[in-house]
Amino acid sequence: MASGKTYLYVIVFMFALSVMAPFMPLQGPERIDLESLQEPPGLAHPFGTDHKGRDVFSRVIYGAKVSIGIALTAAATACIIGTLAGMTAGYYGGRIDIVIMSVVDFAMSFPALLLAIAISVVLPPGIYSAMIALSATGWTSFARLLRGKVLTVKSLSFVDAARAAGCSNARVLFVHILPNCLRIAFVMIGIKLGGFILAEATLGFLGLGVQPPAPSWGAMISASRAYILTAPWTVFFPGLMITLTAFCFNLYAEKLKAACDIQML
Amino acid sequence: MSVCGGATIKIYILKRILMLVPLLICVTFTSFCLLKVLPGDPVFSMVGERATPETIENIRKEIGVDRDFLSQYLGYLELLGHGNFGRSYYSNRDVMEDIAAKLPNTMTLAVAVMAIAVPFGLVAGMIMAYRRDGFVERVVNMFTIGGVSLPVFWIGLIIMLILSLKLRLLPPSGTGGFKFIVLPALTLSLPVISTLARVAAASIEESMGLQFARTARAKGLAPLKIAVVHVMRNALIPVVTIIGLEFGSYLNGAVVTETIFGWDGVGRFAMQGIIMRDYPVIMGCVITCTAVFVVVNMLTDIVYHYIDPRIRIQNGKW
Repeated sequence: MASGKTYLYVIVFMFALSVMAPFMPLQGPERIDLESLQEPPGLAHPFGTDHKGRDVFSRVIYGAKVSIGIALTAAATACIIGTLAGMTAGYYGGRIDIVIMSVVDFAMSFPALLLAIAISVVLPPGIYSAMIALSATGWTSFARLLRGKVLTVKSLSFVDAARAAGCSNARVLFVHILPNCLRIAFVMIGIKLGGFILAEATLGFLGLGVQPPAPSWGAMISASRAYILTAPWTVFFPGLMITLTAFCFNLYAEKLKAACDIQML
Repeated sequence: MSVCGGATIKIYILKRILMLVPLLICVTFTSFCLLKVLPGDPVFSMVGERATPETIENIRKEIGVDRDFLSQYLGYLELLGHGNFGRSYYSNRDVMEDIAAKLPNTMTLAVAVMAIAVPFGLVAGMIMAYRRDGFVERVVNMFTIGGVSLPVFWIGLIIMLILSLKLRLLPPSGTGGFKFIVLPALTLSLPVISTLARVAAASIEESMGLQFARTARAKGLAPLKIAVVHVMRNALIPVVTIIGLEFGSYLNGAVVTETIFGWDGVGRFAMQGIIMRDYPVIMGCVITCTAVFVVVNMLTDIVYHYIDPRIRIQNGKW
């Protein structure tokens, strides 16, 4: 097996390709070409064209930016919220801990996708609703993990030393404890990303994410679903990209977990 | 069983059931708040934009959305107290009856998924644990990571394309007997097999290094017997947790899968409700699913009590 970074490079490459796409000789992702409807993959269109004659390859490339971007932003947001909540709960303990962790337990008792769907229905569908929906379901794992980590870190002697030197609670928490927790938080981001890619695609498939005609992998599959028998490539390639991205993220997370020797469910 | 008599486990179960009540109230309140800030007006989608203001006003009164938020919520709780989810805004059918009719379908599918996933997941997990770093382990490992990376709606469509549209082996969609359940169950079981295999592998590896496993080997027992009877039994706790969690959160994948395969269950019902902004339907489904999720988790905790004497529940606590 290749090293973990290889998988990360694949994703970075896809993202870079997507960002650079406007400067490449590609048919525009939203350009409708009625002359070439549902053409099978060939030289002119490597991934074929869909029922409106749009180039599937171009749409898939442009879609990478949207899907990976949403997953990354949502993971970062979930990480920040979850880390703050978990650290506060772990550091202060007592009632604050009980209140925060009850909220976490409560949020976890909702079926995650159903919650994400509900949020995407409430907010006008688009990039931001998908991001908010994903962060709202993802922050709880960070809170749990970071709370546990802070509980062990705060009993170490350097924390006592910092307190004895007269540091305020906020300083102890953010300057002394936080750096010790960052690593585990980053690993958790890696673990979450694969799931976020899938969840974003599902929201797109249900019409609750990025709105058509903007290219998004999930929405492409749902739009081409009716033509699966006549033009299977329009369903196949976007799904392949989702799987590939999630696969790379998950393999990378696997390596990260092994390297950091962290057991997490 | 001597450590813990039948009475304490009963107290424990009773406590867990009592804890369900505040949880469900929180769930109803949260989902109620979410739905009330919805931008779409259900009345408009019911009668269309061209209805007269009087008609709209009458319908508002009829379904009670003209009252203020708190009295609407209390009214809903009262309704719930009578074991009633209200009526659908569209079909005017009793939501509780509809869910009661669809829940068995959903449960059948969930059981079918588990019937496929548990044996395959456990065997894959054992292969991964006993052939660590071998070629077979790497292949199985790749498959399990692939399994959690597949979007269910996509692999469902691909399986449907190959098995039913091209080869015409199975019906593409509908609710019914064995032939109809194969496709959705197969689709939904892929991620479950993978998760289960990974957890089982980690857990088996941990317990096969323990002393009792060495003793069993020293006694000269057959390796397969040690693996299945001794090690597996000890490795079961995390596996049961995952089975419980997957069973309970089954609806996550089912919303999409049931919709694709036209399986007439709660997931598809919820999806229809969401699309039509049918509040009573959405609320009914969310509450039902959360209740199922919590009850399954509770049952999982109780199962621990029976499979592992080390964590018997004592005095209603761990």
